[in-house]
Amino acid sequence: MRFEPTDDQRDLAGALEGLLSASDTVAVARAWADGDTAAGLALWRRLADLGVTMLATEASPVEVAIAFEALGRHAVPGPWVESAAYLPIALGHEVEGVATLALPPLVPFALDADVADQVYVGATPTDQVGAQHPSVDRARRLFEVTGTAETHPEALDLAVLATSAQLLGAGERVLADSVAYVKQRKQFGRQIGSYQAIKHCLADVRIALDFARPLVVGAALGEVPASAAKVAAADAAYLASRTGLQVHGAIGYTAEFDLSVWITKIRALVSAWGTPAHHRALLLGSLVDSRDGTDR
Amino acid sequence: MDLTLSESELAFQAETRAWLAAHVPAEPLASMDTAEGWAQHQAWERQLSDARWSVVSWPERYHGRDASLVEWVIFEEEYYRAGAPGRVGQNGIFLLAPILFDHGTPDQQDRFLPTMATGERIWAQCWSEPEAGSDLASLRSTARRDDERGGWLLNGQKTWSSRASYAHWGFGLFRSDPQAQRHAGLTYFLFPLDADGVTVRPIAQLDGEAGFAEVFFEDVFVPDADVLGGVGAGWDVAMSTAGNERGLSLRSPGRFCAAADRLVDLYRETPDGPDRDAAAQGVVDAWLGAQAYRLYTWGTVTRLAGGGDMGAAGSVNKVFWSELDIALHETALGLRGPAAEVGSTWLDGYTFSLSGPIYAGTNEVQRNIVAERILGLPREPRPSRGAPT
Ligand SMILES: Cc1cc2nc3c(=O)[nH]c(=O)nc-3n(C[C@H](O)[C@H](O)[C@H](O)COP(=O)(O)OP(=O)(O)OC[C@H]3O[C@@H](n4cnc5c(N)ncnc54)[C@H](O)[C@@H]3O)c2cc1C
Repeated sequence: MRFEPTDDQRDLAGALEGLLSASDTVAVARAWADGDTAAGLALWRRLADLGVTMLATEASPVEVAIAFEALGRHAVPGPWVESAAYLPIALGHEVEGVATLALPPLVPFALDADVADQVYVGATPTDQVGAQHPSVDRARRLFEVTGTAETHPEALDLAVLATSAQLLGAGERVLADSVAYVKQRKQFGRQIGSYQAIKHCLADVRIALDFARPLVVGAALGEVPASAAKVAAADAAYLASRTGLQVHGAIGYTAEFDLSVWITKIRALVSAWGTPAHHRALLLGSLVDSRDGTDR
Repeated sequence: MDLTLSESELAFQAETRAWLAAHVPAEPLASMDTAEGWAQHQAWERQLSDARWSVVSWPERYHGRDASLVEWVIFEEEYYRAGAPGRVGQNGIFLLAPILFDHGTPDQQDRFLPTMATGERIWAQCWSEPEAGSDLASLRSTARRDDERGGWLLNGQKTWSSRASYAHWGFGLFRSDPQAQRHAGLTYFLFPLDADGVTVRPIAQLDGEAGFAEVFFEDVFVPDADVLGGVGAGWDVAMSTAGNERGLSLRSPGRFCAAADRLVDLYRETPDGPDRDAAAQGVVDAWLGAQAYRLYTWGTVTRLAGGGDMGAAGSVNKVFWSELDIALHETALGLRGPAAEVGSTWLDGYTFSLSGPIYAGTNEVQRNIVAERILGLPREPRPSRGAPT
């Protein structure tokens, strides 16, 4: 019984943190949004060298969650959930290069299909890539693909978990940046972080994230369904983004200020790989089935 | 990361489950805030204690089992899953006992722990005063030295003291140094609630029962032997339980997991219709919250077992469980539809849950603590040392 990361898991998180915080990932994400994917693909290769693309097949979901939390914290662009969570499990092997997929109706578009070496519908390769649609997150480039797909349940669970972990990382980042901002911004002669209205909002974000994390880790360990992680992480990260924007005032509402990268990313991830309503419905269904008068 | 239980933990779990299955009363006991229910709950404490289940984490010499923190959490989970009665001795067991173990003299431990374990002597926490709620350090009750008799004379008033209407002894803070301000000069005393000069006036709560009381002190003599943790050290001694109360011990995850499971059952039994539809999200979220709390607690247990302490995380915890408890019961009342107002265990649970954000330090105060001590935001203005209190 030890519900804390092991030393190896901390080392993995530390190595990712070291690489990503030295990689100006916000610039990478902004360039990606503008169609300049060179820096993003270079970062992709460095992350692959660190082992991120083989965690799904070679390590456990806990390591996958650790890696995706770091990707979310640093807003790393690209079809990571697709290449490093869903497809390795669905195909049964690590993905070489960059791959993406759609899984209609749950995942209607193939993310970043224009930069992928391989595009799938489910686990079936396709070269039928259609029109591009914009996302609220400008670094997410959504493409129509045609075809129908079988869902690989285990692969889907890992993709949902990875998305949840990204949300957790993004939420933590917004909270950290917001706390730093309210300590430095002054109005009415005081740091705005000394006002209780601001404090209590940020405390609520801390509480929401602290109780989303055990569900993400618990899902990685198979203690709760992946849907539980997704609902909690989406709710907590969304609260972080709304609160983060509010405590920043107008500067937070600009595209230029970096907070925008996470606000838009979080909104996109909230509905990616199953909306909260979808996952709540799955949870409710399984709860009602399993509580049929017998004990757990 | 590893959530598997060891062989001995599994054995402990099986033994707990088997005993509870055989002994938990089939019918719920009457409210412990009535004379009849009080007696029933005290008898239940006795029964638990006879089989050494009342204080599993205590040493064997005080009727415990030397259970580890992990085993304590397992016990609590099984206890509430079995639908066992609320613990009438909880204030003593969870709030006072940890202090007695840490700060009490061997004589105090021997005098107070055994009857606490058996439920023979029930304790009430006497901290709050009419003018000292959230701002506990502004308390005015005094302790005056009585050298002749070798002790102290307590004067003043405490209030909102849970269980004090029927309890036998109280523990509380009094100002022993009239010159000192706020946190300084306070002393922690233990006293019988039937001592000369003590008057207990029950106060009916929202549900009409006398769940708490106000307690008046007029020259109540307390011998030196019943000072806990040193004269003038009261604040630090008291704060060592505040962490317990907000954190691990006051509300174990088992309570919420069991309640969430019962909520799912209620949902299953509710006929289709708008009340059921409207409750669906609340049911899922209550279950999610209970699971989050259960897993979060394992994280806390891991940290504590590794030598860490609760710190301000107890405040994160307290806001979460108290709001979860209300949301869970609101959902249940929603499912009961027009019958929501009719007396039921759900209604009792709902009414009690409403007090969660108030007692054990209000949630506003907890949010201040989270913001200041965890997020590092600037502190609230506080009365200066010399300011009148
Ligand atoms: C069911 C129940 C059982 C209890 N049992 C016990 C017991 O056994 N023993 C005991 O000693 N006490 C007990 N209490 C009392 C409890 O500890 C106090 O109610 C609590 O500390 C709050 O104090 P107060 O009621 O005076 O409220 P106040 O402190 O007057 O607070 C009123 C409101 O003002 C807000 N407020 C106060 N200060 C601040 C601040 N700095 N920033 C923001 N908001 C603030 C509060 O959050 C609250 O919303 C119990 C209370 C209840 C409801």
